[in-house]
Amino acid sequence: MPPPTEIAVVGGGGPLARARVSPWGDRAWGLGVSVLGASILVVAGLILAELSGVSVVAWRKLGLLPFLFGTDWDPVQDRFGALPFIYGTVVTSLIAILVAVPVSVGLALFLSEMGPKPLKRPVGFAIEVLAAIPSVIFGLWGLFVMVPWLRGTVEPALQVAFGFLPLFQGPTIGLGYLAAGLILAVMILPTIASVTLEVLKTVPLPLKEGALALGATRWEAIRMSVLPYARPGIVGAALLGLGRALGETMAVTMVIGNSPEIHASLFAPGYSLPAVIANEFAEATGDVHIGALAALGLVLFGITVLLNALAQLLIRAVNRGMPRRAA
Amino acid sequence: MRSLGWRRFVNRFWTVASAAGVVAALVPLASLLWLVVSHGAAGLSLGFFTNLPAPVGETGGGVGNGILGTLLLVALASVIALPVGIGAGVFLAEKGNGRAGDVIRFVTEVLSGVPSIVIGIVAYGLVVAPMKRFSALAGGFALALLMVPTLARSTEEFVRLVPGALREASLALGVPKWKTSLLVILRTAAGGIITAVLLAVARAAGETAPLLFTALNNQYWNFRADQPTASLTVQIFNYAISPYEDWHNKAWTAALVLLLLVGLLNLLARLLSRNRMEGAR
Amino acid sequence: MTLAQDVATRVAPQHRDERPAPPKPTVAPPNPPSRSGAADEEQPKLRISGLNAWYGQNHALRDVSLVVPPRSVMAAIGPSGCGKSTFLRCLNRMHELVPGARAEGTLLLDGEDLLSRQVDPVVLRRRVGMVFQRPNPFPTMSVRENVAAGLRLNGLRGSHDEIVEHALRKAALWDEVKDRLDASAIGLSGGQQQRLCIARALAVQPEVLLMDEPASALDPIATAKVEDLIHELKENYTIVIVTHNMQQAARVSDQTAFFYMGELVEVGPTEKIFTNPDKAQTNDYVTGKFG
Repeated sequence: MPPPTEIAVVGGGGPLARARVSPWGDRAWGLGVSVLGASILVVAGLILAELSGVSVVAWRKLGLLPFLFGTDWDPVQDRFGALPFIYGTVVTSLIAILVAVPVSVGLALFLSEMGPKPLKRPVGFAIEVLAAIPSVIFGLWGLFVMVPWLRGTVEPALQVAFGFLPLFQGPTIGLGYLAAGLILAVMILPTIASVTLEVLKTVPLPLKEGALALGATRWEAIRMSVLPYARPGIVGAALLGLGRALGETMAVTMVIGNSPEIHASLFAPGYSLPAVIANEFAEATGDVHIGALAALGLVLFGITVLLNALAQLLIRAVNRGMPRRAA
Repeated sequence: MRSLGWRRFVNRFWTVASAAGVVAALVPLASLLWLVVSHGAAGLSLGFFTNLPAPVGETGGGVGNGILGTLLLVALASVIALPVGIGAGVFLAEKGNGRAGDVIRFVTEVLSGVPSIVIGIVAYGLVVAPMKRFSALAGGFALALLMVPTLARSTEEFVRLVPGALREASLALGVPKWKTSLLVILRTAAGGIITAVLLAVARAAGETAPLLFTALNNQYWNFRADQPTASLTVQIFNYAISPYEDWHNKAWTAALVLLLLVGLLNLLARLLSRNRMEGAR
Repeated sequence: MTLAQDVATRVAPQHRDERPAPPKPTVAPPNPPSRSGAADEEQPKLRISGLNAWYGQNHALRDVSLVVPPRSVMAAIGPSGCGKSTFLRCLNRMHELVPGARAEGTLLLDGEDLLSRQVDPVVLRRRVGMVFQRPNPFPTMSVRENVAAGLRLNGLRGSHDEIVEHALRKAALWDEVKDRLDASAIGLSGGQQQRLCIARALAVQPEVLLMDEPASALDPIATAKVEDLIHELKENYTIVIVTHNMQQAARVSDQTAFFYMGELVEVGPTEKIFTNPDKAQTNDYVTGKFG
């Protein structure tokens, strides 16, 4: 419609006043937006369907229990047992959590309570940088820096101190469960620290101030009032970190030693669910092999989804159920 | 009653311990950054950016095809992920207050926690298997699946931040609902959405695992979506696990290039969001 | 000065001789409203009969009937929650934005029933414009783009510089922004932003202008400017204004409608409502006994 060449006198209605507006615009928009929203469900369904579909040949041929608890992984002979990978994933993730949670909580406390003010922004920024580094670069650093350090310094020292435990026995080659666990710890630090920081922010100020007013030291106030309040949230943060650790692939692949066997010692090479998929999928021999790897993926998927759902529920309970601090 | 001196000591102990936590977290970061720069800088040259990989021992090789491949993969991924992710976010913001919205939001949260290697398997089943070949399209598809959940959540957040008064103002002018959503609401939220896109792209550019059996790798230049393609990340992985020191050095240099790329995207995102914050005042 | 004296000295617009005469129309409008005085009295701009509105189960407006003459200002007053804002929003069918909202009755604009299904609310809102309590300029657009927004968003291409200038002059904002038309709209002060929103509403060339407490978020100086503006605007537009400020209603309006608990208690010439109303309830409200 051409613009009016002269300004119509007001009060008479402009050029738009007699136009007709088609209802199709609104309908198309509503439909399009709803379709895109529903596509999320389609994506989730596709993921589940594909994982099940590709892996079904393995379940059928091998049987559920023999697969999950088998310790023998030999693609050439069509023998597939998932236990070494489940074991490796669990062990490395446990190490990661045991190391990362105290450090992260300390970090979060430093950033929100105990640290000197001018340090807070640079440290916070450093944590964001840590979170943005790609996994393969962590693996690179782990392989060429951390592993030699473990081999030369840390593992021999641990063996000297705790060698009576089976955990610290055997050749100290550097690659292995400990290396993978430690690198995972570094990688999940930002996740746990940032969620814990958010949780700490929801602690009502009067709670802390009450303790301080009673003459408690900073640490005592934190221990008495902040930590118990934030505990479910911190557990949620830890679960989120655990979920990330379970699914982490590249850095683990590069330092874990890739040995599909179960060993008691932390110094021994092992394997994890994501690592074996990464190493073997591209050249997998035969449908059963692919199916077995996809089955491992399905197991991994199930564990991480459950864990994440649990973590979300916990964190939401803390953020919602507790009243927010005033102002 | 514990003495004040003891309690002060405990307080100082835990202060030191939390500071130690900070140090423990920052030392690996510092070490990593320092080493990537110091080991990697030596190999930086124009040729590194523009040449194809050379066989072991030969000088002058580069990761040109890897850089191109990463850009190609990210572009393919964005073409798929941007409409779906942003669209789903708009859905959640405009119509997401009911049962359907709750379910979709929950599923989005769950999807964002799926390990990238698992997404790779899905892309294999959906794209590689029917096409009977590895391809950049499969790799881009996998990366898109990774980008969609975060894009949807961020878009929902930014659209919800737009004040309802703007919607009212637009409707009161006689602008139809769909134009209001598209030209007013979305335009106002655009700054935040672009920031989210940049961050999602940065994350996708750094992914390796799902590419290993979708886009695979390629020794040569590739511009086609239906062929396997090299990528910076897979290159770094292959160089790092090889037994050749020459290639190890190239891995560090390629890692530096990747860090610069990811860092640049993150920096852009940060600048844009700061600009927006200040413009709004 | 009592409210009554205040009204008596201020309500008649012909006392404002010092104002410059409004610009003469350069072109006949497509639908000229009737110009003869007698016809004005017979042809109300808005005729509302038996208007009822519900928000879900809440019966927010009960059986409202009134008439708004063209080129006049009708003020709707009443305590909080009395339904005056609901009433205003029914006039351009903005109440439909609330899920579960419903309006029934007859709402005639120049004889056309606005509530009927044949009338598209989108088109209606181009004939009946609205200005809100808090200024809401589009933050990503400049001053120029904001004023032209109603036109551009609806697909009218081309530069609208003439209309923009015209609307800004009508909103008494042109002199203040003519050198910064391309600067961001949110850089303006609160009062300027509100006049910008008025200009934006005027650019679409509506016939009726609805104002929902337009000055309540503004400082006294900006408020005075907006009130002066209303006096000028009513030469060409029909205005319905909701206000909880009785002095303001007394200053700017020709007719006043008093709402209470969803019902229209009394409507009539402003001077009468404030000095000698028919209903005791009205008298109680305007003398401040409650509200």
